[in-house]
Amino acid sequence: MGIPQIAADPRLDARAGHLQEAASGGGRPPLNGAASTSAGTVATISRQDGAIGTYGPRRAASRPAVEIAHLRKTYGELVAVDDVSFSVAEGEIFGILGPNGAGKTTTVECAIGLRPPDSGTVRLLGLDPQADRDRVHEAVGVQLQAGALPAKLRVAEILHMYRSFYPDPADVGELTEVLGLAGKLKDYYKSLSGGQRQRLSVALALIGRPKVAVLDEMTTGLDPQARRDAWALIEGIRGRGVTIVLVTHFMEEAERLCDRVALIDGGRVVALDTPAGLAARARGGKSVRFVPSVPFDDRLLTGLAEVRRVEREGQHVTVTGTGTGELVNAVILALHTAGVTARDVQLDSSNLEDAFVKLTGNHPDQEGAAR
Amino acid sequence: MSSLSLSLPGPARRAAFGQIVLNEARLARRQPASLIAGVVMPVVLLVIFGAIPSFRQPAADLGGLTALDVYVPILIVLSLGLLALFGLPMPLTTYRELGVLRRLSTTPVPPWWLLAAQGLVQLCVALTGIVILLVTSITVYGALVPKSPGALMLSIALTAAAVFPMGLLIASVAKTATGASVIGRLVFFPMIFFAGMWWPRELMPGVLQGVSGFTPLGAAVEAMQDSMQGQFPPAAPLLVLVAYALVFGFLAKRFFRWE
Repeated sequence: MGIPQIAADPRLDARAGHLQEAASGGGRPPLNGAASTSAGTVATISRQDGAIGTYGPRRAASRPAVEIAHLRKTYGELVAVDDVSFSVAEGEIFGILGPNGAGKTTTVECAIGLRPPDSGTVRLLGLDPQADRDRVHEAVGVQLQAGALPAKLRVAEILHMYRSFYPDPADVGELTEVLGLAGKLKDYYKSLSGGQRQRLSVALALIGRPKVAVLDEMTTGLDPQARRDAWALIEGIRGRGVTIVLVTHFMEEAERLCDRVALIDGGRVVALDTPAGLAARARGGKSVRFVPSVPFDDRLLTGLAEVRRVEREGQHVTVTGTGTGELVNAVILALHTAGVTARDVQLDSSNLEDAFVKLTGNHPDQEGAAR
Repeated sequence: MSSLSLSLPGPARRAAFGQIVLNEARLARRQPASLIAGVVMPVVLLVIFGAIPSFRQPAADLGGLTALDVYVPILIVLSLGLLALFGLPMPLTTYRELGVLRRLSTTPVPPWWLLAAQGLVQLCVALTGIVILLVTSITVYGALVPKSPGALMLSIALTAAAVFPMGLLIASVAKTATGASVIGRLVFFPMIFFAGMWWPRELMPGVLQGVSGFTPLGAAVEAMQDSMQGQFPPAAPLLVLVAYALVFGFLAKRFFRWE
């Protein structure tokens, strides 16, 4: 999962369209682009109007959907969030990534008004969640980590109850259709599988047609297929113009879904960039690995401006670039000139996971195992 | 919790509360622990006592009442006490453990609505139990017809107002449903003892009877017994109930933990 794939991602086109739209102030809803270019079923879902957020053809994102400045929150001695600032544009999928105990959940809880911050400001759609709790909660759908429901309530009963809390709710039939819960309406909560419970939880976050959806660890505990389904779902929701704040510790998830990612560690934002941008920071340069057809002198490559170092391991040669210029072209050309053919060429580019390790000193897999 | 200014219009707000009550009622029916404690158990005890012939004879040491007459108010406070100290806190602690209250606090609906709905459902169960108890005791076993129904209703209302906040406080102190059930038992058994469950108040030695009058269920039985016999209950037991309602109402509001 690398840079080329991100660059080809339809969302970027959508964002370009969005900006264009903002500039021209034209008539087309800017987010249709995202809907129509999303893959497969998601696109179909996205075009049906109404079940999930209706946020309409909102124009230029003059005001960020979420704005957090110098947020600080302590629990007694423990500083959970030290100084966190970021803003999320309307229609964006914004990732909050970080090791356990980094302050992700506290940040989100302050953002949605569940906890008062010690200092700093939080604005959701321009509103202060502490002062305007009700209006914020009508406009923001939240799926919290590990929230279960009464075992002996049926899916439909739960949905109808939560639906009644909102002034302009989504249609239960349509929402459950989109989320693949339509056949489960009469089932008790306790009989649902983990993935179904998770989808119900997402349904409850979306039933009020929120403008912003906050999803905390929504794919934790799901099997790989269910996780991919959840990703398609999130893309579908965004296709309707809902701004999404996604708390996660899965690199692949952030890389696949997020427009931008805030990497939080020790209560601070240690990096804030696109997934590709973060990955680039971790990169000491791309590396290319190959098996030479005939032996050659390392100096053939170390003399190149694009090359930082050359390592050998058995018959494999790994060439690490400096990050400037076209490493692969330069290497292959130099080898070719010397009459060497490179076989089994593999290109390694660092990814978000490398960035995570480099910037936080934690390994995400260890964190996952510790859960 | 402080906010009441839901932007839903009045009828929609009532409908939302109604939906919560409806689901709580469904849960009470599907997990009938509180129906059993609040309705079935007191009625079964009434039937057992009613089957004992001596319980239906007036006794001099009971002031000319039958044992059954004496036990009707005790069974009423048994129902109220079980529902308040177990029926109410058990689901609430479970909801807190499951994260139901936390999820609710992310919606425009204030989470205390769930407490109110739960209290309302338990109260309805209690009233059902009380009505069945009174009707059965009178029609089947010829027990005393309450001579002052208004005073009886007031006594029942104040009893509920005194014991339900205790249940909320138990839900606050306990971290888990299991913990709530342990605390509930520790509180419930002394209270129901002083109510006269095993040793009717009329037969208690003077000191014990005095103490009983200052316990919530003892005062409740005293007030109800007096109402049954037609006197407006003396101020003392009613004031005791009011004091418990105020103190525990304050404590429950002050210490209730949402997560």
